[in-house]
Amino acid sequence: MSDAKVIILRPPKSTTLRGWRRWLYTTDHKEIGTLYLVFSLIMLFAGGILALIIRAELFQPGLQLVQPLFYNSLVTMHGLTMIFLAIMPAMVGLANWQIPLMIGAPDMALPRINNWSFWLLPFAALLLWCGFLLPQGAPNAGWTFYAPLSTTYAPPATDFMIFAIHIMGVSSVMGAINIIVTILNLRAPGMKLIDMPLFVWTWLITAFLLVLAMPVLAGAATMVLADRHFGTSFFNAAGGGDPVLFQHIFWFFGHPEVYIMILPAFGVVSEIIPAFSRKPLFGRTSMIYAVGAIAFMSVMVWAHHMFAVGLPVAAQVFFMYTTMLIAVPTGIKVFNWVATMWRGSLTFEAPMLWAISFIFLFTIGGFSGLMLADVPADYQYQDTYFVVAHLHYVLVTGSLFGIIAAIYYWLPKWTGHRYNERLAQWHFWLSAISVNVLFFPMHFAGLAGMPRRIPDYALQFADFNMISSIGAFVFGLSQLLFVWMIVQTVRGGEPAGARPWDGARGLEWTLPSPPPHHSFATPPSDVIVHAEGPQHHE
Amino acid sequence: MSKEHYFVAPPSPWPIVTAVGLSLMLGGFAVLLHGGSMVPSLLGVVVLLFAVQRWFATVIGENQAGLYSEQVNRSFRLGMGWFIFSEVMLFAAFFGALFYVRELAIPWLGGEGAKGAAHLLWPQFVSHWPLLEMPRSSDFDVPSEAMSPYGVPAFNTAILLTSGLTVTLAHWALKRNARRALWGWLLVTLLLGGSFVALQLHEYGHAYRDLDLTLHSGVYGSTFYLLTGLHGMHVTLGVIMLTVILGRSLKGHFTPTEHFGFEAVSWYWHFVDVVWLGLYLFVYWW
Repeated sequence: MSDAKVIILRPPKSTTLRGWRRWLYTTDHKEIGTLYLVFSLIMLFAGGILALIIRAELFQPGLQLVQPLFYNSLVTMHGLTMIFLAIMPAMVGLANWQIPLMIGAPDMALPRINNWSFWLLPFAALLLWCGFLLPQGAPNAGWTFYAPLSTTYAPPATDFMIFAIHIMGVSSVMGAINIIVTILNLRAPGMKLIDMPLFVWTWLITAFLLVLAMPVLAGAATMVLADRHFGTSFFNAAGGGDPVLFQHIFWFFGHPEVYIMILPAFGVVSEIIPAFSRKPLFGRTSMIYAVGAIAFMSVMVWAHHMFAVGLPVAAQVFFMYTTMLIAVPTGIKVFNWVATMWRGSLTFEAPMLWAISFIFLFTIGGFSGLMLADVPADYQYQDTYFVVAHLHYVLVTGSLFGIIAAIYYWLPKWTGHRYNERLAQWHFWLSAISVNVLFFPMHFAGLAGMPRRIPDYALQFADFNMISSIGAFVFGLSQLLFVWMIVQTVRGGEPAGARPWDGARGLEWTLPSPPPHHSFATPPSDVIVHAEGPQHHE
Repeated sequence: MSKEHYFVAPPSPWPIVTAVGLSLMLGGFAVLLHGGSMVPSLLGVVVLLFAVQRWFATVIGENQAGLYSEQVNRSFRLGMGWFIFSEVMLFAAFFGALFYVRELAIPWLGGEGAKGAAHLLWPQFVSHWPLLEMPRSSDFDVPSEAMSPYGVPAFNTAILLTSGLTVTLAHWALKRNARRALWGWLLVTLLLGGSFVALQLHEYGHAYRDLDLTLHSGVYGSTFYLLTGLHGMHVTLGVIMLTVILGRSLKGHFTPTEHFGFEAVSWYWHFVDVVWLGLYLFVYWW
């Protein structure tokens, strides 16, 4: 295998376009990574504004700002936007920037496919968001678009949503294939699979899950389209179909999707914790096996989203146990992160703060997940704000915090400048406090029985909702500091040098900051690969 | 340019134009579904075809110029393999739907099994497959009989299996550099693929006209048409791909040692072949 692994870039002749064409036609993994990250940041704010309208409506009981039908659209569009257009593209953006740098490659393996994967997304976003301008409004069946809400009772915009999902699916699958091929085929000759950085490992497994899961979502969306327009009966019991079938197909995609959004964040945290503990990652190999085990099990747990739809008892018991079993590899990871910090020489720069808060808060989300995994208890919790609290602890303080940690960690590498640490500390503490003000009370409201996805609520939930809404606005506004920090760092600042973090190891830190146009024009030597690899630490 | 270099493609307009074409085609189709004009979707198809053609022409040109090393070829191979895996998962969703309604949903509606209480919805409904009497037949086109596995479908199975053989014979011919045999076997494969599609369309006509089996015939019609239709679209795409590589081999492309384009198409062709075997087994026979 390693005989032909000589990677030298041919002389770049036509690789420098200027102006707008540079960004539209680019095949450079760093430029495409930047496009992904900027796009996902814009979509984070778009989805965030929808969330703030929801929180403004819920600030007090009664209907103040929006009508119930529009509220349904808000909930639906918030979910779809955050999942498919903010979190997932941000993760792919990180992969684009970092994977070639971390494995010693000149670029992604299929650069034009890479460009295509990105540029599909803005058009998908357009198709999705145009629903707000159509008669009867934007899609309103929830991001999960259960039949028959999405078949019999849904507005015309649902068809635009279905095609947006198809396009986003193509984008994800192409992006994932590119990542798999890059990792398998473009590693520096001296880098064995087992020696790859954890971020690369988690992305390899995530990309596999994407190729496995996204086509199934496309299938579900196609069946909804056919039921809506071509007279089929997939989800219509009168014709021999079953609405519950939709949920099975959707969640066969949907549960791996949850891990698709969290595994790269695991990878980020596994890079940051050792760097700021100045110790190698504890139980490195077990971390890789744990990620593999989580991914393997993620395709056997989907029906835990459906405990209340009337599954046979045997199915409920099976899915309850498999779901609880996932806590074992997840527990291994949390234990290993904590053990890495044990007796390390810790410092608390912004990336480390976000990573540590990730460990705390994601674990809370994991525990509430265990509570929801318990069938009899789930009968009580399902469809309440407890579920909303759970999923936001894993998605916001999990995935999003992981992404923000990654940006603080690698921004000096990408821009060549140090960020303003004082501003970053303000951003962190404001966010970390307000996010708990926002989501923690939802646990109590949910356990007390407040239903989700309803624009009004009973009076006894008023205090918790008011607290949540205040937290939401502080959290949302705090992110403006983040944007300001990014703009500042991109425009200038103290030079970062090749290795701005003294404890950081990995091939990306052997390149200057910012890295040259095609990252590793020649592959790094075995000596460098070994010096930056895990053997050196141990 | 030495073969040892990993070729990183220079900037290209075709990916984004492809994205525009695909989005216009699909968005235009949504407009069409709501009584709008056909123009946007047709325009999308034209843009898409044009951009894909330019994109592939660029890749083929680079390949003929000898820019691709063995490592680049390995990227293509791996990429194509994983792409086919994603297609397998797409079909898996539809096969999964078939198995679910067949093994769970319909027996439950007929009063069997753990969720037999569903029988209360339509107490006269008796579980059976192929589903010719729907739980509420008055809402649907009731087919007179199910698709027979004999006749055209059996013949089509033979056609597709034979085409899998002929494409392999073409591959062997290419490997021993027997160009005429290569052209011949490719042409035979192409004709077999085209006949399959034509016969399948003929079957649809038969089903619609004579059996009253339509998309609106309950879940039997739904699974039958979506599974075979999706497969038929893949065969059609495969035929287009075969046409392209036949044209390329006539122009003298592909050598006995380097012919990834050919191999990718033959992998794809074997994939639609295998999917058909699953279809024939589970849609027609089972």
